[in-house]
Amino acid sequence: MTTRVQLEIFDGPLDLLLHLIKKNEVSITDIPIATITEQYLATLEVMQCLNLDVAGEFLVMAATLVHIKSRMLLPAGGDSSEEDEDEGDSREELIRRLLEYQRFKDAAEQLGQREILARDVFVRSGSPTEEVPVPNLRELSVFELLTALRRVLERLPKDNVHEVTLDKITVREKMTLLLDTLRAQSGVLFDSLFATVKTRMEVVVTFLAMLELVKVRAIRIFQAELGGPIQIEAAAGMDQAPAVLVTADGEEQHGT
Amino acid sequence: MEREAVKSIIESLLFVADGPLTLQRIQEIIEGSSREEIRSAVTELQEELEHNLRGLRLVEVAGGYQMRTAKSNADWVKKFLGGRPARMSRATLETLAIVAYRQPITKAEIEAIRGVDVDGVISTLLERDLVRAVARKDVPGRPFLYGTTQRFLELFNLKDLTHLPTLKEMEEVTLPEPPGEEIPVESTEEC
Repeated sequence: MTTRVQLEIFDGPLDLLLHLIKKNEVSITDIPIATITEQYLATLEVMQCLNLDVAGEFLVMAATLVHIKSRMLLPAGGDSSEEDEDEGDSREELIRRLLEYQRFKDAAEQLGQREILARDVFVRSGSPTEEVPVPNLRELSVFELLTALRRVLERLPKDNVHEVTLDKITVREKMTLLLDTLRAQSGVLFDSLFATVKTRMEVVVTFLAMLELVKVRAIRIFQAELGGPIQIEAAAGMDQAPAVLVTADGEEQHGT
Repeated sequence: MEREAVKSIIESLLFVADGPLTLQRIQEIIEGSSREEIRSAVTELQEELEHNLRGLRLVEVAGGYQMRTAKSNADWVKKFLGGRPARMSRATLETLAIVAYRQPITKAEIEAIRGVDVDGVISTLLERDLVRAVARKDVPGRPFLYGTTQRFLELFNLKDLTHLPTLKEMEEVTLPEPPGEEIPVESTEEC
């Protein structure tokens, strides 16, 4: 017998709960806790069976649901008024959160229906003049960059025989770091980028990250005069380039 | 200056401009013109493009005016440009909506609403320049407060933040139609 499994990827416990509420055609303010809890736990089980990574938040919500359900099963005795209140609170709190989340889901849907740039409507692509470097700055050749890289590598301590490269930093992480830095300050010096770098591996990774960003035109590398300090700054059209970084994970980045 | 001439100049400027152009900027260029003159010329241009079913539209977005392709031509333009269509995940849209309506807001506050971790989404939004850190909240840990950017307004075709669709009141929230999706709640024994 084959079981056809069809499972949406839920964004989180609230998303899953709203789905169940919708499926059962009940209102958020009047959730049949027992039924919903049962279905919630069943879905969680399926997710685990499928080896989907069930995040901790899903389990916390499961605990909350079971807690509310168990409280409701207790007889409403006079001596447990405090606990009754507790049950009412967590139930109300859950309803409040669901309503709140539903509002933003609706809002997100409305946003998604707008005339979105580069999906529904388009603007003229940026003119080439955007790329013209700031006066008095000259663009570097790759050779000059390599020379600068060699200087950095030569500066590294030579006696790191016991170097253990457990700390693997990926080119991608370095790219993000560099973009963050450039977002915080308008430009950085090539040398200061490598000032805190200790290992050969990290130097190379940092350098590759820099080249990668140049390739997607997220950054520009300049020099005020031949042999002067090398400067790095965010490119004018920076909004497009990082978007490429995000979507083209692992793939060949398309050139210019 | 003649009215038609002003309109013509504005059209040229809008064509060349890289981003939304403010009325003030246009007025600076067309010396001796009044703000009212510029405004009515822009409106007229807007109407002409719309009524003659032209391929371009003049839209008011992110505090200025910009020439954009007509929505009805989207498929053709996409075919011409090639490449992947811009897609935004539900998680991205939801997070963006929360930031847009609740700004300035911290990551923890967004997570409280969505019920999930938003680290990845926020860094994507930061990289795409759709949100930015605007300040730090004066609470322990001094977390960043995020807000939307000019780019956000441009992307969603919004004049400014006050033109966001109004957020439904809690009471008004009605549940959407139940969809035909299947969720295997009975099949748990099988695995």
